[in-house]
Amino acid sequence: MAISLKKNPVDMIFSFITAVASLSVLILIAGILYVLFLESSLAIKKFGVLQFIASTDWDPVKRLFGAATNLYGTAITTMLSLLIAIPVAIGIAIFVTEIAPNFLKGPIGIAIELLAAIPSIIYGMWGLFTLAPIMSNYIEPALKSTIGKLPLISILFAGTPLGIDILTASTILGIMIIPFTASVSRDSFNLTPSVVKESAYALGATKWEVVKSVVLPYSKLGVFGGIVLSLGRALGETMAVAFVLGNNHQITTSLLDAAATITVTLANEFTEADTDIYLSSLFYLALLLFVMSFITLSIAKFFLIRAERKFSR
Amino acid sequence: MSRENLRKMENFIALALCTLAAMFGLFWLIFILGDVLRHGISALNISLFVNDPVPPGIEGGGLRNAFVGHLLITSCATLIGVPIGVLGGTFLAEYARGRKIARAISVLSDIMVSIPSIVVGAFIYAVIVKPFGHFSGWAGAVALAIIMIPVVLRTTEDMLSLVPLTLREAAFALGAPYYKVIIQIVYRGAAAGILTGILLSIGRVVGETAPLLFTSFNNSFFSVNMNGPVSSLTVTVFQYAMGPYDTWHAQAWAASLMITIFILLLTILGRLILKWRYSKR
Repeated sequence: MAISLKKNPVDMIFSFITAVASLSVLILIAGILYVLFLESSLAIKKFGVLQFIASTDWDPVKRLFGAATNLYGTAITTMLSLLIAIPVAIGIAIFVTEIAPNFLKGPIGIAIELLAAIPSIIYGMWGLFTLAPIMSNYIEPALKSTIGKLPLISILFAGTPLGIDILTASTILGIMIIPFTASVSRDSFNLTPSVVKESAYALGATKWEVVKSVVLPYSKLGVFGGIVLSLGRALGETMAVAFVLGNNHQITTSLLDAAATITVTLANEFTEADTDIYLSSLFYLALLLFVMSFITLSIAKFFLIRAERKFSR
Repeated sequence: MSRENLRKMENFIALALCTLAAMFGLFWLIFILGDVLRHGISALNISLFVNDPVPPGIEGGGLRNAFVGHLLITSCATLIGVPIGVLGGTFLAEYARGRKIARAISVLSDIMVSIPSIVVGAFIYAVIVKPFGHFSGWAGAVALAIIMIPVVLRTTEDMLSLVPLTLREAAFALGAPYYKVIIQIVYRGAAAGILTGILLSIGRVVGETAPLLFTSFNNSFFSVNMNGPVSSLTVTVFQYAMGPYDTWHAQAWAASLMITIFILLLTILGRLILKWRYSKR
C-alpha cells in the first residue's frame, strides 16, 4: 500500500505530527530506561550489579541495600499465583469454548472480562478486609493441620497464620491474573479450525479427547503466550499485594510469613527515602523490575505473534 | 471396566473439572463485587460527596476533595494522552501502514500496555517531581497519560485498519489530500471504535493507584491547584484502608464502590458500542 501524495504542505505537517505522536512510545521506553539508569547510578556504583542482586541487606540506617529479599518475594508470589491461576484459567477457557451452551458463552466471557477490569486496589482492599481473616481463621489452620504435618512440607507452613503473608498475597494475585490467561487462552482455542475438530469427533473421540489431542496442541503457542503475559502482569502488580504482604525484608521459607516484593517496597518506601543512596537503591529496584517485565512481556508477545502467524498462513 | 467406559469416565471427569473451574472464577467475581457492594452501600451517604475529610473521631466527614481531585487528574490525563494516542495510531494505520516501523511500534505499544505502572510513577518522580521539588497534580496526570497512550494508540490503529480501503480510494478519486481523507472519511468511519478505545483507556487509568502514590501524592484538604499535591480516590482508599479507624474503612469501601461502578459502566458501555457498531456486518 503506498498512498504517499505528500505534495500538499498541510499533509506534510499532519503526517509529521502523527509520526511524532507514534514515536512517543519509543521515546517513553528509552526515556524510562535512561532515567531509571541515571537515577540508580549512585547505587549501581556503590553496590555493583551481581552483589546488589545477591545481597539480602535492606538497612536504611546503615545505608546498606540489596535486592535479594525483594526479588525472592516477587518470584515466590508470582510463581504461587501462576500455580493457582493457570489450571483455573485453562479450565475456564475450555468451558467457554467447548462445554458451555451457546447462550452462556457470551455472558461468562463478559463476566471474566469484568473480573479483569476491576482495579487492583479493589482486589487489595478486599484481600485485606475479607480474604485475610478467612485465610487466618479457616484455610491456613486447615492447611497446617493437614498437609502441614507432612515432613518437608511442614517447613512451608511453619509459624502463626496471621493472614498477612505470602499465601494470601499469592491467592489474590492468582485470582487477579485468571482473567488475563483465560481470555488469551480462549482466543487461541477459538482459532482451532472446526474441520479438524469435526474429523476427530467423526473418529469417535470424546469431547475431552478432542480438547486434549486436537485443541490444546493446536493452540499451545497462544496459551503459552497467555501464561507468560500473566507472568509479566503478576511481576509488576503493586496494589493487590501491597495490602496483604506486610513489608518484611527477609527471606523466609514459610508461606505464612510476611515478605516484600519489589513493587511493595517501592510503594511503601519511596516517599520515605531520606538519603540519596536509599532513593537511588529504590530506583535501582524499579530499573530491575522494568527490565524483568520488559523481557517477560517481549517473550509473551513473541509467542503470541508466532501463534497468530501459524493461523494466518 | 471396558475401555469405552473408561474413556467416558475420563471425559466426564475432565469436563466436570473444567466446569468447576469456570464456576470457581465466577464465584470470585460475585464474591468480590458482592463484598464491595455490601460494604460500600452501607457507607454511602450524601456527606461523602459534599464534605471534606474531618479528623478521625469527628462525625460527618466526606471525600469531596478526593472525588474532585480524581476527576481533575483523570481529565487532564485524558486531555494529554488521548490526542497523542489517536494521532500515533493514525500514523501506524495510515502513513506508515505496512512498514516495518509501524509493526515495531505496534508491538512495543502492546508491551507498554502491561508495563508495571509503579515504574511509570518512579519515572515521573524523577523527571517532574524532583526537578520541581514538590508533588503535583500535573505529575499524576502525566503518569496516567503515559499509561493511556499505548492503549489508545493500539485500539485506534486497529479500528482505522477496519475502515475499507475502497472508501479512502473513493475520496482520493475526488482529489482530496490524505489528511482530509483521514479526518473527514477514515475518522468518521472509525469513530465508534476510537471512542471505545478512549473509554477503555479511561477505565484502565481511573483505578490506578501505584503511579499516583509519589506523583500527585495526597492532600487532606480541598485543592484544585494542579501545581500542588492533589488528592485522588485511589490513593485515599489505600491510606484509609491501611489506617486504624473504622470510619476510614467505611469511607474506603464507599470510594471503592464508586470507582468499581464507574469502571464497570465504562467497560460495559465500550462493549455495547463495539457490538452495536461492528456486529451488524
